[in-house]
Amino acid sequence: MSHPGAVTHEAHAHHELGFLRTYVFSTDHKMIARQFLFLGLFMMVIGGILALLVRWQLAWPETPVPGLRPFLPETEGVIPPETYNMLFTMHATIMIFFVIMPILVGSFGNFLIPLMLGARDMAFPKLNMLSFWVGAVAGAVMLAGFFVQGGHAAAGWTSYAPLAAVPSYTGTNWGQNLWCLSLIILSASSMMGAINYITTAINMRAPGMTFFRMPLVVWSLFITAILALLALPILGSAAALLLFDRTLGTHWFRPEGGGEPLLWQHLFWFFGHPEVYILILPAMGVASDVLSTFSRKPIFGYRAMVYSLIAICFLSWIVYGHHMFVSGMDPRVGIAFTLTTMVIAVPSAIKTFNWLGTLWGGNIRFTVPMLNALAFVGMFVIGGLSGIFMASTPVDIFIQDTYFIVAHIHYVVFGGSVFGIFAAIYYWFPKMFGRKMNTFLGHLHFWPTFVFYNLTFFPMHVLGVGGMMRRIYNPTQYEFLQPLQPINVFITVSALLLALAQIPFVINFFWSLFAGPKAEPNPWRANTLEWTAPSPPPHLNWGASIPTVYRGPYEYSSPEVQEDFLPQTRPLAGARAGTGHH
Amino acid sequence: MKWFYWTGWLPENVSTYGRDIDFVYEVIYWITAVTFILVAITMITFIVKYRHREGRRAIYSHGNTTLEIVWTIVPTLILVVLTILSVPTWARIKNQIPQSDLKIKVMGKQFNWEVSYSGPDGKLGTEDDIKFDNEIHVPVGKPVVLVLTAKDVIHSVFLPNLRFKQDAVPGREILGWFEATKPGKYEMPCAELCGFGHSGMKGWLYVHTPEEYAKWAREYLGSEGTKS
Repeated sequence: MSHPGAVTHEAHAHHELGFLRTYVFSTDHKMIARQFLFLGLFMMVIGGILALLVRWQLAWPETPVPGLRPFLPETEGVIPPETYNMLFTMHATIMIFFVIMPILVGSFGNFLIPLMLGARDMAFPKLNMLSFWVGAVAGAVMLAGFFVQGGHAAAGWTSYAPLAAVPSYTGTNWGQNLWCLSLIILSASSMMGAINYITTAINMRAPGMTFFRMPLVVWSLFITAILALLALPILGSAAALLLFDRTLGTHWFRPEGGGEPLLWQHLFWFFGHPEVYILILPAMGVASDVLSTFSRKPIFGYRAMVYSLIAICFLSWIVYGHHMFVSGMDPRVGIAFTLTTMVIAVPSAIKTFNWLGTLWGGNIRFTVPMLNALAFVGMFVIGGLSGIFMASTPVDIFIQDTYFIVAHIHYVVFGGSVFGIFAAIYYWFPKMFGRKMNTFLGHLHFWPTFVFYNLTFFPMHVLGVGGMMRRIYNPTQYEFLQPLQPINVFITVSALLLALAQIPFVINFFWSLFAGPKAEPNPWRANTLEWTAPSPPPHLNWGASIPTVYRGPYEYSSPEVQEDFLPQTRPLAGARAGTGHH
Repeated sequence: MKWFYWTGWLPENVSTYGRDIDFVYEVIYWITAVTFILVAITMITFIVKYRHREGRRAIYSHGNTTLEIVWTIVPTLILVVLTILSVPTWARIKNQIPQSDLKIKVMGKQFNWEVSYSGPDGKLGTEDDIKFDNEIHVPVGKPVVLVLTAKDVIHSVFLPNLRFKQDAVPGREILGWFEATKPGKYEMPCAELCGFGHSGMKGWLYVHTPEEYAKWAREYLGSEGTKS
């Protein structure tokens, strides 16, 4: 792919390829990145609406939802319990598999890995295209589930067996089958992407780009790809077994035929905990790069940041049992999982302190991506600390399956991953689309999002400590939860405002896409390689030759130069390509 | 204040080991709260102090090994202490099920708790078991062993006031126990999604004084209920 001779030939590629090959069945990693981004943002709208419906029911149980009457004529717009179960099941499924993974891993993985490593494209461009389209099919299959008789899957995003293994237990038939099928297809898509990312990171780095000169966002995507390659096959296999139980009469998870319900949980969480890190590691990488750029300062403890990513990669496989402390798993095993879970908190703590260290002594610019990255750090700290409650087995007895868990997961995947997504979009938008986003609208999006995000999710800790179970349809059915009901109303109002706060983002995104001011190649005065390519980068990214790398990615405010940044590609007297990192 | 001092929201504890759980909870609460406040203060200080000003240049530093070793070791020690604090309480609750002559079988089924006391033969799980729907009666101050199982899907017995939660899994019999410290009527919801009727699937735990319990047992179990 990267032989220089290809360039002159490909200069006219845009005209030669035509619409279909350029925008639909493209093998260009940047176009595939845009496709994943649009897929994820579209799905985010659906996932968000599902969440609001869940919140409506929890605040004002069994009252008609405004505008829902045409969809639920039999109940005059009131959400029935089986529909409610479907709503939260699909909210989580869509947000995890079709929003955060496609955007952070699919889109930014595709966009950044070749551009930041100085490659002209991914190692396997056709496989890359296949990965997107297989992922799109998985999305279509998942959405099709909303239109089948009996409704979509309603056994929770965890689809615990036997509830999900026998159609009559939930009353959903093809909905749950399509859920399984979609995830089997999606796991194939993720594996294709992961193989591509790993191969590209190992084999296609530009001259001088040693492993320890890779930006942390690339490191995090590389580690994420390893996790995805190993974890997604487990999900695909488990979903296949569940589908066999449902349709072929096997008894993998059904005790009446000798099956074991807990086997599902072991398989699901053996996938599921690495999956949590698949969702958060890329956001950590984004935050690291954005914090360093806008603090105008090298990242604090680069090597420790890399080693902590690698430590998380290994440890994430041996902590999953903390999801199963009260499942009936042998309690002695629980003790081992407590220990490993406490241990995995250490690399996360190291990363947090290194982010603070990066801010220390900086010259901080409060751009919109920086605000989102700072929010990421703050929210990730809360999400990480609340995880310690769950790691402690005795405390977990009480908070397992309560809103404390719901609060924790949303501090990690919304406060963490989604603020990471916003930081990434605001930061790389000029490179991806060649136009700048509007700063005022960016602030108008960030500040209300930050405030209402916390007003929505922080009180959920309180609900959890009060004992409110997750996944219940109507909290007012329980005497001990009735005093907590005003909090549910408060949360729902905040959630509605949080949704409204996304309007400036949508306007900003589409307005900037078509009418934003043209972006120069390096609008943030950043060091990494993607900023040496034009905005947006052409097919094959660079002109006649690919960049040569002379140093690490975070040489901000270096005494060697007058400006406060020193791009990886700028040769200085005495610097040689291929020499060690600072 | 209660918004931030979460312990105030915990339901009243009426079990012996509930105190131990609440203690570990309290320790973690204070450690995490103080950690968060320190991190937040540091972060806000840095954000304000090191905000961009014309003519200033950021410090050119790649890190500090001593500092990094300190902030690796300190959290590790804290987490080791929390592990050491957690394990004995967990072992006491889950590994050391006390001997008790009051064994009650609780079977979850969509969407009820079927509660069985042993009948005249003194054995659980036989024909003559005496069954109740959604209510458990126990005496105060006496360890009670629950035998949990499920008929169809996984359910979870949650007794917020007793700090008791244990999944009931079809095909398995899982033991759990508690000792109530205060007579009263306590709600017993199902905590694991079990189908469209999950919400509202609940029972009641009646904790009686020994005299009241004996009276109830005579009436409903046909015995004193201590050795049934």
